[in-house]
Amino acid sequence: MYPFSFQRADAADTAVDALAHGKNAKLLGGGTNLVDLMKQGVERPSELIDINRLPLAEITELPDGGLRLGATARNSDTASHPLVRTRYPMLAQSILAGASAQLRNMATDGGNLLQRTRCYYFYDTAYEQCNKRKPGSGCAAINGYNRVHGILGTSAECIATHPSDMCVALAALDAVVRVRGPRGERRIPFSEFHRLPGNTPQIETSLRADELILSIDLPKSPYAEHSHYLKVRDRASYAFALVSVAAAIEVEHGSIRSVRIAMGGVAHKPWRAEAAEKLLIGKPANEGSYRAAAELALVNAKTYEHNAFKVPMAKQSIVRALTIAAGEQA
Amino acid sequence: MSSATIGAPYIRLDGRAKVTGAAKYAAEFKVSNVAQGVIVTSTIANGKITRIDTTAAESAPGVVTILTPSNAPRLPKNGEAGVNPPAGRRLQLLQTADVHYNNQPIAVVVAESLEEAYLAAALITVRYQVDAPKLDFEAGFAEAHPGKNKVPPMLSEGNVPEGFESAEVRVDQVYTTPMENHNPMEPHATIAAWDGEMLTLHDSTQYIFGVKQSVAKTLGIPNDNVRVLCPFTGGGFGSKGSTWSHVVLAAMAAKVAKRPVKISLARSQMFGPVGGRPQTHQHITLGAKHDGTLTAIRHDCYSHTSMIEDFVEPSSSATRMLYEAPVITTSQKLVPLAVGTPTFQRAPGEATGTFALEVAMDELAEQVKMDPIELRLKNYAEADPTSHKPFSGKHLRECYKQGAATFGWSKRQSAPRSQREGHLLIGHGMATATYPANRSQAEAAVRFEANGRVTVISGTQDLGTGTYTIMAQVAAATLGMPIDLVDAELGDTKMPQGPVSGGSQTAASVTPAVQAAAQQAVLKLVTLEIGNQASPFHNLQPDELDFKGGKLFRKAAPESGIAFTEVVKRNNNQPVEAKGSAEPSESTEEFSQHSWGAVFAEVSVDETLGTARVRRLTAVYDVGTLLNERTAKSQLIGGLVWATGLVLEEETHIDKVTGRPVNNNLAEYHVPVNLDLGDIDVAALNIPDKNFEPLGARGVGEIGITGAAAAIANAIYNAVGKRVRELPITPDKLMA
Ligand SMILES: Cc1cc2nc3c(=O)[nH]c(=O)nc-3n(C[C@H](O)[C@H](O)[C@H](O)COP(=O)(O)OP(=O)(O)OC[C@H]3O[C@@H](n4cnc5c(N)ncnc54)[C@H](O)[C@@H]3O)c2cc1C
Ligand code: SF4
Repeated sequence: MYPFSFQRADAADTAVDALAHGKNAKLLGGGTNLVDLMKQGVERPSELIDINRLPLAEITELPDGGLRLGATARNSDTASHPLVRTRYPMLAQSILAGASAQLRNMATDGGNLLQRTRCYYFYDTAYEQCNKRKPGSGCAAINGYNRVHGILGTSAECIATHPSDMCVALAALDAVVRVRGPRGERRIPFSEFHRLPGNTPQIETSLRADELILSIDLPKSPYAEHSHYLKVRDRASYAFALVSVAAAIEVEHGSIRSVRIAMGGVAHKPWRAEAAEKLLIGKPANEGSYRAAAELALVNAKTYEHNAFKVPMAKQSIVRALTIAAGEQA
Repeated sequence: MSSATIGAPYIRLDGRAKVTGAAKYAAEFKVSNVAQGVIVTSTIANGKITRIDTTAAESAPGVVTILTPSNAPRLPKNGEAGVNPPAGRRLQLLQTADVHYNNQPIAVVVAESLEEAYLAAALITVRYQVDAPKLDFEAGFAEAHPGKNKVPPMLSEGNVPEGFESAEVRVDQVYTTPMENHNPMEPHATIAAWDGEMLTLHDSTQYIFGVKQSVAKTLGIPNDNVRVLCPFTGGGFGSKGSTWSHVVLAAMAAKVAKRPVKISLARSQMFGPVGGRPQTHQHITLGAKHDGTLTAIRHDCYSHTSMIEDFVEPSSSATRMLYEAPVITTSQKLVPLAVGTPTFQRAPGEATGTFALEVAMDELAEQVKMDPIELRLKNYAEADPTSHKPFSGKHLRECYKQGAATFGWSKRQSAPRSQREGHLLIGHGMATATYPANRSQAEAAVRFEANGRVTVISGTQDLGTGTYTIMAQVAAATLGMPIDLVDAELGDTKMPQGPVSGGSQTAASVTPAVQAAAQQAVLKLVTLEIGNQASPFHNLQPDELDFKGGKLFRKAAPESGIAFTEVVKRNNNQPVEAKGSAEPSESTEEFSQHSWGAVFAEVSVDETLGTARVRRLTAVYDVGTLLNERTAKSQLIGGLVWATGLVLEEETHIDKVTGRPVNNNLAEYHVPVNLDLGDIDVAALNIPDKNFEPLGARGVGEIGITGAAAAIANAIYNAVGKRVRELPITPDKLMA
C-alpha cells in the first residue's frame, strides 16, 4: 500500500474543507471498496478523511412523505429500517441481495454509490491496459474475458459495469443525491449521478472531487410492495449480479398506470429503461406487454465475446420482475 | 472414564485451540527478528526479463534486501537438484530470466514490515522480451503428447473394434471440465530461519518430510540440516503436497538477509505458482446391448500441463475399474500451455473422470430406457475389470440400495421436465463415487509419561481433517484407555516419519503405525518390569502380562495390576517410549483396493433465469472402518460441498492475451456459499476392509468429491431435459 495520511472529520464542513484543500484526498466510508483498491494499488490517495463520525448516519422522514438516507447510514441499517421496508421494500431487497452481511454492516450508503467497477482488468494493476485506471492505455476487456461486462451504453474505450445492487433500486425510485462542496449544497437527480463511459471512463459520476455526499433522498413512492428486485448471479449469495432488474408497477383495472424499470449488471451506470416504461403505460398488465417492453429495453444492446447471454437474460429478468411486482393488483 | 473405541465420534482434540486462536499456523509463529518477504510475480506468460529496476524499491522505507534473477544466490543444477515429483517440483527460483507463465515468481522483496515490503514490491519495474504464449487448449490437441508420467498413456483391454461393432446402442460425447485453483483458507506460508548451517522452516504443508528433502536437495545441503515444523495446515487439498517456489525462496532470502524471513502468499498468488486442477477434454464412447450390457468403453482424455513440467490429471483411471465390460480402452494426453504447473487437487482424475463417465452412464440409461441404478447393477464389476484382481472389499450394491431408500429414489420421474413448482423445475439424479485406497509406510511413537498421560507422536500432518484426534483415538483404543488421557503430537521432522497427506492415505498409513507403536510401548513396559527386581512381575514371562486401562497386570490376576506410572518411576522417572511402524504387506498386492459410494441429488432449476440449486444430497459410502464417525463424515460432507462448486461454479479464467488468471480473488473465483447448499445426508456402511489394512479403514478425504458432480448434473438434466456437458453449469449455459 502507498503511504497516506489519515484524519477524522467530525462535521460536514470540515470534511469538505479537508477534501478541497488536501492533495489527492479521499473520503473514507466503510472502506470496503476503497481500502481494497488501495491494497491493490489501484487507488493511491495521499490523504484519507474518515467521515464515519459525521452526523450523517440517520434515516429520517421527509415532509413530502419521502425518506432521507444519511450518507454514512450503514447498508445493513438501511435495509432493516422499518420505513425502508414498508415504503421501499425493493430498496431493502436490493441491498440484501448484495455482498455479505459483514460487508453490509460496514458499507455506507454514500460509499455504495461510489463503489467502482469489478472489471478484472481494472482491479489488477498487472494489466497494462485499462482506460479507467490509466487513461489512454486502452481497454483489455474488449478483447479479453468479458463475461461480466456491459451490453448497453458501452464505448470503444470502456465496457465496464457499475456493480451496485442498491443503486439499481435507487435509479428506479428516482432518488436524488444531496451533496455539499466548497460552494454549498446541490441536488443531483439519480439519473444524472452516474455517467456513461464515453471516452472518459475514469470520470464515473457527476460528483466533483471536492464534494461530499450528505444524503440520498427518496421521493414519496406509489409502489411500495408493488415492486421487486430480481438478481441473477452465479451463486445463490455473495456474487455480483450478472443481470439485475428493479421493477415497480401500478396497475389499475388491469392496465398499467405507471411503471419503473432499472437494470444492473448491464451498463456503466444503473440503467433506466425509459422507452420501455413509456411503452407500457396504458397497456394491459400481462406477459405480452412485459415481453414487448423487454424487447425494447434491449434493442440497442451490443454484446462482446463472452457476454451475449446477458441480452436474453436481461429480457427474461424484466418479464419476471414485472410479473412479480404486479402481483395480484387488479 | 471408559476406554476409547474406534469409530466413536469424539470431537476434534484441536478444536478448542482452533476456535480460540491458540492453534498456530505457519505464518503465526513468533520468530525473533523476522523480516517480511513479498514475492513479485511476472505479468507476462512467455518470454524473458530484460531488465528489473529495483532502484526506487531499494531506497523505500524498511527495505532489507531484494532478490532478483541478477543477484539471487546460485543454486546447484540451476535450482533443479530437488526435482522429484510429487514432493519436489520444477521451481522458479530466480536462477534464470526466463518466464514460463503469468504470475511466476521473479523477485523477492524483504522488508521490516509487510506494508513496507508490498510498497517496495510495487515500486519495482520490469521490462520483458515478450513471446507469444501458448494458451489455446483445443488448438494443442494435434500436438498433444502422453507425458513422462506414471500413468500409462494408452491402455486397452479386449478386442476394441469387436466391442464397438457388437454394440446395439452408443453414447458418444465430449465432456469438459475447467481449470481450477485450490483455495484453502490459509494461503501457503513459510518462515525460514538459519542458525549457522541449520535451517528451520515453519511451513504450511501436507508433507513435512517432502519439504525437508526437497529444500535440502535444492539448496545442496545435507538433509539433516533442515527441520520442518507444521502443527496445523489450514487446508491443502493437494496444493500443499509439493514444495513450491516460495518455500525455497524464503530460505534463500533468509540466507541473504542474515535473519529469518517470512513469506505468505497473497490470495492472487494462489493462482499459478502453487498448482491447480488442469482443464480436461474427455471423449467417452459407450457401446451397449439393448438390455444395457456394456460391450465397450472408450475414454480419451486431454488435460493441460505447463511448459516446464508434465502433470497428468488421470481422468480415465476410474473408467478402468468401475464397470465390467469386455473392452475398456483409455488414453491420456497432455497439452502444454503457458500457465503454472497444475497439480493434485482433491481426487485428481476421479473428480473430473467420474463426472464424465457417470454422466455418460446416465445418457446410456436414458437410451436403453433403464433405471440408472439398474444399468449400473447390470454392469457391476465383481473383480477389477482391467487388473483382474479381486477387490479388497466392495459393498457398492449396499450403497446403491441404502442410498436409494434414504433418498426416496423410487419416487423419481424418469422423464425429464416432469416435476414443476411454480417457476422451478425439479430433478433427481444419481451417480457412483469411487476413489482408490492408498497407504504407505509410516512410523509413530507412543510414550508413557510420568504424570499418567500418554503421548502419541508421528511426523504427519493434520489438514483440518482430524489426524490429531484419530491418532489419540487409535492409541487410546489400543491401550484400553480413555481418549482424554492421550495427547497427540505431529508436524515436526524430528518425529518418526509419516508420509505425504495426499491420496487420502494419512489415516490408513498412520493409524496402523500408531497401533504398532502402542503395542511396542506396552511390550517395553513389560520388558522393563520383568527385568526389574523391584517389580512384582520380576522374572515372569511376557505373555503372562497384559495392559489395559492404564494398568499392567497378570492375566491370571487382572484385579491386582499396577499403574504404568509406577513403571515409569522404577525407570528412574524416565518416560517409557517405543516406536512402531507399519507398511502395506505384500498380500495387499493381491487386491485391487478402492472405496465406493452412491450419490443422489435433488435440484431445482429456474430455466428462465438459468439458475440451478442443489436442494439435497444423499450419499452412502463404503470406505471401510470409520475411525471417527464425526471427522470422517465431515470429510465426506466437505467433498460433497466441493462437488457442488465443481459442477456449478468453479472456474479459473485465463486472459487469452496475457495468460493471466483474471478472476484471481475470492470475490470472483466462486466456491459454494451456505445458501448454495441444501440438506446433505451422509452415511457410511462401516464394514472393515482387513484385506487393506489392520484397522480396516480406507481413507475418506477424497471420495466425497467423486461422482457427486455427475449426480447433480444428471439431476439437472432430469429437471430440464437439457444436457450441459461443459462444467461449470452456470446460468448462461442453462438458461432456456
Ligand atoms: C467481496 C465483495 C462483494 C461485494 N458484493 C457486492 C454485491 O453483490 N452487490 C453490491 O452492490 N455491492 C457489493 N459489494 C460492494 C459493496 O457494496 C461496496 O464496497 C460498499 O457499498 C462501499 O461502501 P463503503 O462505505 O465501504 O465505501 P468506501 O470503500 O468507504 O468508499 C467507496 C468510495 O466512495 C467514496 N465515498 C464514501 N462515502 C462518501 C461520501 N459520503 N461522499 C463522497 N464520497 C464518498 C470514497 O471516497 C470511495 O471513493 C461487494 C464488496 C466486496 C468487497
Ligand atoms: S472495461 Fe473499462 S475498466 Fe475494464 S479494462 Fe476496459 S477500460 Fe478498464
